[in-house]
Amino acid sequence: MSNINPSIKKESKMKTSRNEPISDRRRFFLKMARATGLAILGGLTWSAFVDEVKASQLTLRPPGALEEDDFLATCIKCGMCVEACPFDTLKLAKPGDNKPLGTPFFEPRDIPCYMCPDIPCVPICPTGALDMKSVQNEKKELDINQAKMGVAVIDHDSCIAFWGIQCDACYRACPILGEAITVEYTKNERTGKHAFLKPVVHADVCTGCGLCEKACVTEKAAIFVLPEEVALGRAGDYYIKGWDKNDEKRLENATSKENTTGINEKSAIDSLNSGMEDLY
Amino acid sequence: MANILVKNKYLILRRITQISVMALYILANAYGVNFLMGNLSASLVLEVVPLSDPYAIVQMLFAGAVLSVDVLIGALIITVFYMTIGGRAFCSWICPVNIITDAANYLRRKLGFNQIQKKQPATRYMRYWVIAISLVISFFMGVAAFELVSPISMVHRGLIFGLGFGWATILVIFLFDLFVLKNGWCGHVCPLGGFYSLIGRFSFIRVNHNVDNCTSCMKCKVVCPEDQVLFMVTKESKPVLSGECTNCARCIEVCDDDALNFSIKNFKQEKKNEVK
Repeated sequence: MSNINPSIKKESKMKTSRNEPISDRRRFFLKMARATGLAILGGLTWSAFVDEVKASQLTLRPPGALEEDDFLATCIKCGMCVEACPFDTLKLAKPGDNKPLGTPFFEPRDIPCYMCPDIPCVPICPTGALDMKSVQNEKKELDINQAKMGVAVIDHDSCIAFWGIQCDACYRACPILGEAITVEYTKNERTGKHAFLKPVVHADVCTGCGLCEKACVTEKAAIFVLPEEVALGRAGDYYIKGWDKNDEKRLENATSKENTTGINEKSAIDSLNSGMEDLY
Repeated sequence: MANILVKNKYLILRRITQISVMALYILANAYGVNFLMGNLSASLVLEVVPLSDPYAIVQMLFAGAVLSVDVLIGALIITVFYMTIGGRAFCSWICPVNIITDAANYLRRKLGFNQIQKKQPATRYMRYWVIAISLVISFFMGVAAFELVSPISMVHRGLIFGLGFGWATILVIFLFDLFVLKNGWCGHVCPLGGFYSLIGRFSFIRVNHNVDNCTSCMKCKVVCPEDQVLFMVTKESKPVLSGECTNCARCIEVCDDDALNFSIKNFKQEKKNEVK
């Protein structure tokens, strides 16, 4: 008997047996560890959800909206742009819409943006998530044609104009008629005697209002608006239209951040202007 | 009948303010009566005075948003109001979720769920942790983290702009408070309530306890959604100074002995107490 007792005591000291009270110090550390662990657990779950929600890209924002990341940070979700919209175009994302909750968006096939000249949805924004400056012309007047809500994209396979059937519904519906969408004549080689009247979207003029998408006669719209970030590619700083003076301006602030070799530390334009001496 | 109305006058007043604030927002959205535009996140009174949710603004600042002067002024107005006058009154006088959690709490008492579940397996400090976590997430993810998941916003926005699956949110909070944790949402988890607890502690309007009238019936503690703030009941005459008190005045109404009443905070006396 006397041999066993000390061994039990020794063990209990190491393991903290069930009934033995633990010290205040130890209690404090345990509590802190528990709270920290739970905070990390909750925090990670929460941020995973936030990350998922933020990732939804196919959302068309009201005119003047900041870039999506900045917009999500700045929009307070008050819905005053929705109230200002006279056509009920704008909606606030509800649970179930699969969009960042409470942020304003519109679905052109349902109700497009009718491009009000006074843009009531923008000046009412209390946070500046809808930026007045981005929809002003040089004279500092509100100009809805400056808006960039998205850009219309045409699916050539389902657009009946590309089949050879005459349809200019989108061209007629466009509020910037003849500029944002033009009609291109080509010969119909299949019949040899007819013409194609194909719609062409000009992304630099198109505001993404979606009147064309609303007007499209096909069962599911063959012309539809996507956010610019989704619909457009980017040639990058390595390609310029040498014949276009304005395009060269893109390179004014061009710098390469990824390369660390001697040439690329300087801006791309400097490298080109140097006559490539630094290459040899 | 008149007796019941007088007895529950604060409860009735609270429901009237809660419902009429929502009604004003709905009028502005649906009928263009622009007395109170927007929602509880940010609004515009009479198309002039901006108001905004200071907790949302703090999160947005952490998210790195460049904010306009308008919303900052709006947040300041709200902060100053609750800091000096209202206390944590937002929770019991404005917030529509309060109606849901009050209903759950009422059923809990009346049906006896409190008897079968006496242990409260969570701490009320949780809400301050939630605030801290929300700010950390806002900082790293670049969005106001709580605003994306907030059931409060889902409910008030839902009432004004269309509910969607928001009814599920309402149900979740109701079931959580009824079956999981007593005063679970408003008293433990909600970081907005936590935020108003932090700024509300300074306000002038306080519930005051007069121990000489107290008969230790404990009705006030049973009905109080933040019963820890009433620790002085039966012990000493003292105002409820904790910011966690929502100034809902339910304790005043259930007290048959005039031992609880609203009072204006007496700063001199408070200082004297501290010296003691």
